[in-house]
Amino acid sequence: MLNKTRQELENVGRMSLDLVSGIGAVFVFLLLTLRYSATSFQRFSLTIREIFFSGVLSLIIILVSGLFVGMVLGLQGYETLQTYGSSESVGVLVALSLTRELGPVVSALLFASRAGSAITAEIGLMKATEQLSAMEMMAINPIARVVGPRFWGGVLSMPILTAMFIGTGVLGGYIIAVLLIGVDSGAFWSQMNAAVDFSHDVVNGLLKSFVFGLAICSIATYQGYAAAPTAEGVSGATTRTVVSSSLAILALDLVLTAFMLKG
Amino acid sequence: MNRATLNLWVGVFVVGGFIALLFLAFKVGNFSSGNLGETYSVVAHFDNIGGLKASAPVKSSGVLVGRVVSIQFDTKKYDALVTMRLDKRIPFSTDTMASVLTSGILGEQYVGLETGGEPEMLKDGGEVSHTQGAVVLEKLIGQFFLSKSQEPADATK
Repeated sequence: MLNKTRQELENVGRMSLDLVSGIGAVFVFLLLTLRYSATSFQRFSLTIREIFFSGVLSLIIILVSGLFVGMVLGLQGYETLQTYGSSESVGVLVALSLTRELGPVVSALLFASRAGSAITAEIGLMKATEQLSAMEMMAINPIARVVGPRFWGGVLSMPILTAMFIGTGVLGGYIIAVLLIGVDSGAFWSQMNAAVDFSHDVVNGLLKSFVFGLAICSIATYQGYAAAPTAEGVSGATTRTVVSSSLAILALDLVLTAFMLKG
Repeated sequence: MNRATLNLWVGVFVVGGFIALLFLAFKVGNFSSGNLGETYSVVAHFDNIGGLKASAPVKSSGVLVGRVVSIQFDTKKYDALVTMRLDKRIPFSTDTMASVLTSGILGEQYVGLETGGEPEMLKDGGEVSHTQGAVVLEKLIGQFFLSKSQEPADATK
């Protein structure tokens, strides 16, 4: 009995230590990436290539999801607001929830599963096929040449994708509320315009997405770089990227929201 | 994929991002209405500001003429000291009346200005001396019940 309790406690202790050392390893790797990121900007064509792969190729999923999220918000918001006789406020509801929370968080979650997993798999496979070791043999720093451009490509893409997500979301809400249900178009836009503050809502939302981008890209590149150089190792690393970056996004969102609402 | 197509796609992506940002700034948000151009500041003492917040609008006849800059508690008069910035092109007389009003039943609170008849105009840093604070719903209901309870006594006379 006592032995079993002891074992359970040991498990808890090991798990906590693993968690803390994992966060520490990701952070150290982030600092290392930042230190060697001069190459990403001196040879910007490398970064442009990665912006294409993480940003442009994520556009379809981001735009379609944004449109549907906005449409659902419009429908649900109208349904509830109608009972209070203020269905014109549906624009405010859609715009505020998208700019403050749903836009940054949902697009970051989508980005983590679409682009983050791809970054991990690519770097992991490069490691498994010993391409990274080959680079080191040629005195090329793989962190500067491989990790840096992927990191910055993702970080720069994230706020752009979020802005587009919010934009299409608002248009989706407009399509449902104004075009299909028949809420007055003028009231829809003017109430939204009065309620959404550019610096307080839009800029804060994009700031959030920038932080999420940093978190996703450092986790994804770290997991790829630290993956066991086997097929199994790469698949495990890809899964861990999606799981831990999703958790990181949600946890960071709580912290950032608490800070932003105070100010 | 060659480099030119890659650059083209990334260019389209970045321009799309800028368009989305402009849309968010001007159509969704109120980027333009935040600045009033040249302004002058005036202060006013209110006995009660209700739910008035900094950056709340200042309106005259329903038209936006300025914004509330800061709200402080005055320890000399023990009331609220509200500082406002008003559009320089719109002068108000020194006997202007300022009151804390609410737009709609549950809407946001704002400062309403009604100009008076004095020929002299408010200067930068001037004070609006005629003020009326926010209506407190509890006091209003209390007054209503008080007047109701006195009514039957009046009727029997």
